Amino acid sequence: MESRDVPQERNVTLGGYHKAVYARDESGRIVPVKSAGWEAEETVTQQAVAIFQVKAKAARLRALAGECSPLEYWMYARRMDLSTLAQNTGIWRWRIRRHFRPAAFARLGDPLLRRYAEALGLSPDALRRVP
Amino acid sequence: MRNSSPPFQHRHAAHCESGVVANLLSHHGLPISEPMTFGLAAALTFAYLPFIRIQEMPLVAYRKPPRAILNGASRALGVRFRIERFRSPQEGEARLDELLTEGRVVGLQTSVYWLTYFPEDMRFHFNAHNLVAYGSDGDDYLVSDPVIEEPVRCARADLTRARFARGVLAPHGLLYYPELSAAREPSPAMIIRAIRRVARMMIVPLPFVGAGGIRTMGRKIARLDPASPLSARLVGHIVRMQEEIGTGGAGFRFLFAAFLQEASEATQQHQLAEYSNRLMEIGDEWRAFALAAARMVKGRDRFDPPALASLVQHLAQREKSFFKDLRADLARC
Repeated sequence: MESRDVPQERNVTLGGYHKAVYARDESGRIVPVKSAGWEAEETVTQQAVAIFQVKAKAARLRALAGECSPLEYWMYARRMDLSTLAQNTGIWRWRIRRHFRPAAFARLGDPLLRRYAEALGLSPDALRRVP
Repeated sequence: MRNSSPPFQHRHAAHCESGVVANLLSHHGLPISEPMTFGLAAALTFAYLPFIRIQEMPLVAYRKPPRAILNGASRALGVRFRIERFRSPQEGEARLDELLTEGRVVGLQTSVYWLTYFPEDMRFHFNAHNLVAYGSDGDDYLVSDPVIEEPVRCARADLTRARFARGVLAPHGLLYYPELSAAREPSPAMIIRAIRRVARMMIVPLPFVGAGGIRTMGRKIARLDPASPLSARLVGHIVRMQEEIGTGGAGFRFLFAAFLQEASEATQQHQLAEYSNRLMEIGDEWRAFALAAARMVKGRDRFDPPALASLVQHLAQREKSFFKDLRADLARC
C-alpha cells in the first residue's frame, strides 16, 4: 500500500481517533501512516457491536414483559455473553441461566447480586432495573 | 520523580504489544522501531483454530499469542523484563503507584472494555491489551497507549478495573519494565534467525497453522451457507481480526514488510528488500479480500462464499511460495 492510498474515510467507529497503518512513503520507506478509518473496518466493527445491541434490545423488551430478568439485558448491554459473564463472576453458567428467570432473580441474595453488579460495572440497584 | 530520567516519548504504533515493547525499550536507552520489535520476536504467523471458540467465533490470528512479542524481543535482545502480577487490585494499584513515584515507566496488560478513553465501538472484552503508564496526576494516570495518537489520561478506578478484569487471558494486574543491564543491539544473525523462524512456521505442513491454516479457512468459507446469518458473522469476524484489531493493515503483513525492509539494511542482505516488496503486494491482496468481504457483509454485493474462498485460497498459495522462497534464500546466507 502507498501512503497516499491509506484510507481516510472518517469511520464513526474510531470516535475521531486515527489509527496507524504501515504504508510506503514517496521515498519508498514503509512507515506508519495515520488513517482516519476504512469502510471495510467500519462495517465489521459495527456488525460486531450490533450483535450485542440486537440481543440487548430483545432482552430489554422481554424483561419489561416479565419474561426474563434485567440480568440478561445487562449482560448483553455490557457486551458479554454467558461464558464471559460466567468467567467474570466465577458463577456457573447453569446458575446464571437460572438467574435469567425473573422469579429466581428476585430471590437473589445481596452477595450474589453484588457479584453480578461488580462484574457488570453497575450498582446493585441499577442491576435490578432495565433502562 | 527522578530528575535523571528523560520524559517518556509517546510513539503512535499499529499494534499494542509491539508498540509498548518498542517504546519501553527506546525509553530505556535501546532505540528500536515497532517493526524491528515485532520482527525480532518472530511474531508473524497465521492460525485458524475452529475448535477454540471465542463468543461463538473460531480463533483466527495473524500473529503469535499475547506476550509472544514481549518474550521474543526480550530473548533476542538479551533484555530482562521484570514481570509482576498481583493477588488483589489494592496490591496492584499500590505497586504501580510506587513504581511511578520512583520515576519508572511501566508496561501494563489490561482489558480493552474498561478503558474509558477508548472509542465506544472498539470496547470489547479483550484482556490482552497493552499500554504504558508513565505518571499520575491527581486521580488520573498518565497513559501512553500506543494505538492512540497522543498520550491520554485514565481515571485511577477505570485503569485498575481494566488491569484486574477477569476471564480469558485475565491480566491479574500484570506490569512489566525492562532492566537493560545486558541489552544488545539487534545483530544480523539474530534478525536472520527470526525471519527463518517465521518462514518455517508459515510452511509447516499442518492444517491449522501457517499457509495450511489459510487454506483450511478458505475451505470453510467455501462451504458457508449464504442464507445463514452466521455466515456473514464469520466472514466479518475474520476481517475484524485482520484489519480492526491493531494490525497495521493486512493482518500484520505490512508491519512485517516494514521489518524486512529494515532488516535488509541491517543485515546487508539486499534481497530482503525484494521480499519486503513482495509481502507488501500480498498485503494488498489481503486488503482486497477484506474489502470484498465487507461489501458482502454490508449487503452492497451479493453474499458469495465461493468467490471469497477463492481469494483466500490464492492468498494461501502466495504466502506458501513466498515463505518457501524466503527460507531457501536465507539458507544460503
